[in-house]
Amino acid sequence: MTPWERAETALAVLAVDPAGVKGLWLRGRAGPVRDRVTAALPVSRRVHPGIDDTSLFGGVDLAATLSAGHLIRSKGLLSQTAPLILTMAERCPPGLSARVSRWLDEPGPCLVALDEGAEPEETLPSALADRLGLFLDLGDLVWSETKPVTLDPGQIALARRLLPEVKLPANALESLTSVAFAMGIASLRAPLLALAAARALAAWRGEAVASDATLRHAAELTLAHRGDLPQNAQDRDTGEPPPPPDPGEGQDNQPQTEDDRLPDEILLEAVRAALPPDLLAQLAVGKAARSAKGTGSGAIRKGNHRGRPLPPLPGTPGSGKRIDLVATLRAAAPWQPLRRKSGGPAPSDQLRLEIRKSDLRLKRYQDSSDRVLIFAVDASGSSAFARLAEAKGAVELLLAQAYARRDHVALIAFRGQTAELILPPTRSLVQTKRRLAALPGGGGTPLAAGLRMAYELARQTRARGMTPTVALLTDGRGNVALDGTPNREMAEADSLLIARAIRAAGLPALVIDIANRPQTALRRMALTLDAPYLALPRADAHRLSAVLQAALEA
Amino acid sequence: MSQPFPFSAIVGQVAMKQAMVLTAIDPGIGGVLVFGDRGTGKSTAVRALAALLPEITAVDGCPVNSARLEDVPDWVGAKLTKLVKRPTPVVDLPLGATEDRVVGALDIERALTRGEKAFEPGLLARANRGYLYIDEVNLLEDHIVDLLLDVAQSGENVVEREGLSIRHPARFVLIGSGNPEEGELRPQLLDRFGLSVEVTSPRDVETRVEVMRRRDAYENDNVAFMKKWRAKDSALRKAILAARAAVPGLKTPGSVLHDCASLCIALGSDGLRGELTLLRAARAQAAYDGADTVTRAHLKAVAASALSHRLRRDPLDEAGSGARVARILAETLP
Repeated sequence: MTPWERAETALAVLAVDPAGVKGLWLRGRAGPVRDRVTAALPVSRRVHPGIDDTSLFGGVDLAATLSAGHLIRSKGLLSQTAPLILTMAERCPPGLSARVSRWLDEPGPCLVALDEGAEPEETLPSALADRLGLFLDLGDLVWSETKPVTLDPGQIALARRLLPEVKLPANALESLTSVAFAMGIASLRAPLLALAAARALAAWRGEAVASDATLRHAAELTLAHRGDLPQNAQDRDTGEPPPPPDPGEGQDNQPQTEDDRLPDEILLEAVRAALPPDLLAQLAVGKAARSAKGTGSGAIRKGNHRGRPLPPLPGTPGSGKRIDLVATLRAAAPWQPLRRKSGGPAPSDQLRLEIRKSDLRLKRYQDSSDRVLIFAVDASGSSAFARLAEAKGAVELLLAQAYARRDHVALIAFRGQTAELILPPTRSLVQTKRRLAALPGGGGTPLAAGLRMAYELARQTRARGMTPTVALLTDGRGNVALDGTPNREMAEADSLLIARAIRAAGLPALVIDIANRPQTALRRMALTLDAPYLALPRADAHRLSAVLQAALEA
Repeated sequence: MSQPFPFSAIVGQVAMKQAMVLTAIDPGIGGVLVFGDRGTGKSTAVRALAALLPEITAVDGCPVNSARLEDVPDWVGAKLTKLVKRPTPVVDLPLGATEDRVVGALDIERALTRGEKAFEPGLLARANRGYLYIDEVNLLEDHIVDLLLDVAQSGENVVEREGLSIRHPARFVLIGSGNPEEGELRPQLLDRFGLSVEVTSPRDVETRVEVMRRRDAYENDNVAFMKKWRAKDSALRKAILAARAAVPGLKTPGSVLHDCASLCIALGSDGLRGELTLLRAARAQAAYDGADTVTRAHLKAVAASALSHRLRRDPLDEAGSGARVARILAETLP
């Protein structure tokens, strides 16, 4: 099938058996091509990722209730089984995707998810991707290849009548299951959806028994994209052997001698450092990818503080919004005599309050989360010789800003054989500065130990309801393994292992390369951590800290 | 398709089914955590369990499913007089549910339309004497987790808000499911689950084909399929009821208690809850097997699910804690 034939086939399948295939994941930017596809959808009601529970599940229709004087409920979109379109599906938060998933698990409903993700990371939440049967990527389609889709209503009606009678070849179930298995699709929903699609397609084509071509096309529409679901792709990444070391880094092969050459315990003054101007833009890109991730557990976090109450705001109570009764009554009070006069209730009912929708006030809190910046600073000999001072300068500037925002700061230094928690999370700027200035440099680079301590500290602080961010400042030449032995291979394997654990925990991180020349090993580490990577060139410390600030705002 | 997929027709996933049956025998075990890949039948099993469980007797119209008329909380306005049989409640707690929906809140409708201060019960009230199911439990927001921790421990929901002061029983079995790749559970919440099981997709084509075949029959030949499995489901229900009756009469020899303790010490599990859950689960297992005495074999059958989530986490341990439990189990209790 050509891409456009695939689109037409998918639309036909969707029209014949929307409940069986559960829906369509339509990936592509808004535009005339997508409009041609959506024009043929049998769906009209649209929901957006910011929809609230009242619209989804129904609730009290306040305006109608108040004017009628008795309870009137509004009907929720998810209380019916009529199909829905989810727009901007790549922005769908986990809460919504869980609710819609549950709705999809019932028999009957069907969802069309319009995914406009620009980056590979920006995509439909996997809970939905797993449940929707059909997939179309309009990315490669050009307008000239497309034509208007017209699905003959008569043919649809006929196909629907035919659908219960359609038989599949005897081995269809086995072959679809083993195809899915061979493609590494773990979910058992996929072959079921493929079966449903095959039946619908056979009915559409008027086949009493689905032909081989029909089965193949159904598999193409329902299974082809699943082999590349993000989690599978990730598994494959981690399974890859690490690339061979860059031959250009020949000096790295003698880490011990290099370290020995450096004066031990160097204390350096804070000097100035800077970054190229386009780094800010690069960071913004990285930030978008991170925050748009549907399942990212570190994405949105509410603070542990309920926060200061803010003045109440007019509005309608919905999910997460609570009515402020006192403020509501206060807003309604001045109008009571007037409302009673204008066709109000009988005299016996004089005590009744007349509250209109416009009177409703909602409670608001300033939801501020406590952030913890965990600095893991490489104080080994190699880094101390190079850029430790500049790194210190950057950290110091960041500390001042953290202090202004009442963020907590923790400081971990790794050098010699182990990592050391120089400062547990604190808000004391003076103490932090003093400890930082006194931070000595020298010895090997136990990168893995430093990361491990940062990871453990981040988990602890998160358990206390704070939002940790790990900032790793290193020159990347980890040469001491977790158990303290100087072994470059083991050190590298250990640190990648922990980096993976950090990523799995959803901890936001930032890697700052303080080596004289950017290190490919560190770039790889940043990839493993899913963290922005900054090579720290020489320049102005103020600019550096501005960039750091932008990265951490994510 | 109004009836859920039959519990006994679920292919494989022995550990998950065993854990759910054990909590049905003894709700005091305290819940099941099911972690694993998507599309492995987690939700299906929970829905099936709801249909499998025996009915409970409850006061008609009581929002907290009280067993006796005198247990109905006084904030329930209407006069309730009738006892009815109803299915064991299995309540879904959706992600992103608000605090109001979980614990209950001031009934805004009545407050506004009739000017009454009334309590609108939440999900915790509805789950009393039944099951509370949280899909994607690892993505649950922290403040809801805090609420749950407290209620799951005390068995009582206390509401102090908007001028209301209300308490009602909320004793339920927590069932959580999720995908560990998307985030981890706080150890405090982990600890509240009595048993934890890991589910994976079947690794061989034959099993997978069997899954597809049954599911396909369920969807396209519903009547015959349900008829075939109904007998097995009701046999299982009878076995659960018999085991419930047998649990109090079980003999627990001192050697089994000793085994429990030494196993937990060897594993270094936090707190005493591990031992207690292990013993309870072993007793339920023994009752289900029709034994009159708890033995080491029963202990071994439940040890992995009762203990694997209580170990201290080791970020470098990629094999998983289940393997650790199995290894130490073999060493400690040969």
